[in-house]
Amino acid sequence: MSEDLKIIDEVTSGEYKWGFVSNIESENAPKGLSEDIVRFISAKKKEPEWMLEFRLKAFRHWQKMQEPQWANVNYPKVDFQDIIYYSAPKPKKQLNSLDELDPEIKATFDKLGISLLEQKRLAGVAVDAVIDSVSVKTTFRQELSKLGIIFSSFSEAVQEHPELVKKYMGSVVPYTDNFYAALNSAVFSDGSFCYIPKGVRCPMELSTYFRINSAGTGQFERTLIIADEGAYVSYLEGCTAPKRDENQLHAAVVEIYAHTDAQVKYSTVQNWYPGDKDGRGGIFNFVTKRGLCAGERSKISWTQVETGSAVTWKYPSVILKGDYSTGEFYSVALTNNYQQADTGTKMIHIGKHTRSTIISKGISGGRSNNSYRGLVRIGKQAEKARNFSQCDSLLLGDKCGAHTFPYLECANPTAKVEHEATTSKVGEDQIFYCNQRGISTEDAIGLIVNGYCKEVFNQLPMEFAVEAQKLLAVSLEGSVG
Amino acid sequence: MLNIKNLHASVEGKEILNGLNLQVNPGEVHAIMGPNGSGKSTLASVLAGREAYEVNEGEVLYHGESLIELSPEDRARKGIFLAFQYPIEIPGVSNANFLKTAVNEVRKSKGLEALDSKDFLKLMKDKMQLVKMDKSMTQRSVNEGFSGGEKKRNEIFQMAMLEPELCVLDETDSGLDIDALRIVSDGINALRDGKRSFIVITHYQRLLDYIVPDFVHVLYKGKIVKSGPKELALELEEKGYDWIKEEVEI
Repeated sequence: MSEDLKIIDEVTSGEYKWGFVSNIESENAPKGLSEDIVRFISAKKKEPEWMLEFRLKAFRHWQKMQEPQWANVNYPKVDFQDIIYYSAPKPKKQLNSLDELDPEIKATFDKLGISLLEQKRLAGVAVDAVIDSVSVKTTFRQELSKLGIIFSSFSEAVQEHPELVKKYMGSVVPYTDNFYAALNSAVFSDGSFCYIPKGVRCPMELSTYFRINSAGTGQFERTLIIADEGAYVSYLEGCTAPKRDENQLHAAVVEIYAHTDAQVKYSTVQNWYPGDKDGRGGIFNFVTKRGLCAGERSKISWTQVETGSAVTWKYPSVILKGDYSTGEFYSVALTNNYQQADTGTKMIHIGKHTRSTIISKGISGGRSNNSYRGLVRIGKQAEKARNFSQCDSLLLGDKCGAHTFPYLECANPTAKVEHEATTSKVGEDQIFYCNQRGISTEDAIGLIVNGYCKEVFNQLPMEFAVEAQKLLAVSLEGSVG
Repeated sequence: MLNIKNLHASVEGKEILNGLNLQVNPGEVHAIMGPNGSGKSTLASVLAGREAYEVNEGEVLYHGESLIELSPEDRARKGIFLAFQYPIEIPGVSNANFLKTAVNEVRKSKGLEALDSKDFLKLMKDKMQLVKMDKSMTQRSVNEGFSGGEKKRNEIFQMAMLEPELCVLDETDSGLDIDALRIVSDGINALRDGKRSFIVITHYQRLLDYIVPDFVHVLYKGKIVKSGPKELALELEEKGYDWIKEEVEI
């Protein structure tokens, strides 16, 4: 092995900084999944009958479904009876101010660099923080409500805005959609809910921070974002989990509904615990994210930076139903050690003059495997639809893999679809060139990888882009950060 | 400053340099000429510490200290700069960002504080003038989509920014038209301050019309076989290398 490869090997076997466990007392459901557990969760949350009905229908449907096998990932079979489906920090009471927040929870978020108070004051970002399964604090609610914006935990929305939840939940991702979406629909415990009324431009970034803390639990959160006519919102999502030897399941659903002229920008920095350098432990991240551009000229944009999780299975998609609607997908997926990622997007063009852009940057290091899987479907009615896809893969070292699976279905002859793909290695020439200018090999790799991801980072809100760059550097370099 | 004694170096098991001697004192400009395959670029790579090049015998002393065990970045930080024959492209990394990282690494190794953005921009502005570089070049990705001339100019710009003590120019004139050659040479000459030393590797006398050397060396089969004043370059231009080859073979 050459010196450069050795260094790449070293720097790509970095340590996970967010692996601590917080000593928060929690209330758990018994292990396993049955109708009783579904009823238990619903009862815990004091849900109305229609919500329980939805869960039970989903559960019954799920029982008939098979785990999907088509993804390019390998992992031990998940024992769905060995998972705790509900875990909540205790005591859960109505919080009126930040001071009432459990100090241990507050300390957890401080450690994560998500100081709720600071965030609130400095960044002007409204934060919803979800530990294990329950939303612990939503900041900035009152200011937002003056504009008619609803930003709350999902459970609260079920209580306070049942008509909206009833109308939109499952309208983009029905519980029948896929195995994990069905599971989520049956057992989801909380998540974020957001409604932007007609013509309102949300003045701040909305943000949800997800944290798995308890052992043996699964996290099943559900996010629903509705942008009414002409509304705009930029939404951020971050996630981390403690280091554990066993795998933990995270199966989330995110639904976005965009009415006429509405715009939603959804950015994720996903940093679930990826497992150790021998591939032990880590989160199974099986997520269904989808947006519906229901109205004309609406726009939904997904930006994701994926550095965590042992196994990722995730395809944020857009259904372009409204004429002249736009879908975008910008992704950086970094896999390291024994991580596996099968991620990409689906752009379903239904309306006329619909446009979509896909920019995917995969980076593989260690012995990891990174796959891009994308579908572009142009329906019969999608006159003059356009898609541009660019899928690049970057290899660090010689033991990792990069794969691209683009699917294209075009039923309208006036559509125009472009696909570009490249695979490259961080060249020894590039590293030597940096070295010769006084830059160490570690820093050179960081520089080159960040340069490679620039197009995607440019799409992130400023603070998030900085965080993503740092995260990438840490994921590559271990303790440097 | 630089003292090379009986240097033997190989790449992929093949010995390219065999018994090269060269002494460079502060402020001197040495031109290294020689036919293709004589080992000119190998010398540049060995000085910069490129991994594939192995030193089998001999010494390379820089300020009395052996370079051979030092990493490429440590050599760079000690003031050795290589202007590449084929500058490398780094997509997505702006020239400015790249140089800021490099300049601050070099400063750090000297115990100096990192330059803040304001001072750095000022430094860049000053140095850009040396090679008549357009401001937009600093925002473009390192060498990406640069013409041959722009790439070479960028090398000299980087050299000016990093303020090295020993500059090794590997065929900096190749691929340049007359105007670009003049700009690049002017930039290099502006950096001659009586202390900084240069090793100028070239095929052609033409470059030496602009950068006037103190010494000219002929490298042949991995050794310096002839050294002389700047007039030697003219003689080579006129007569080619055959007469030297003959001299050596005898």
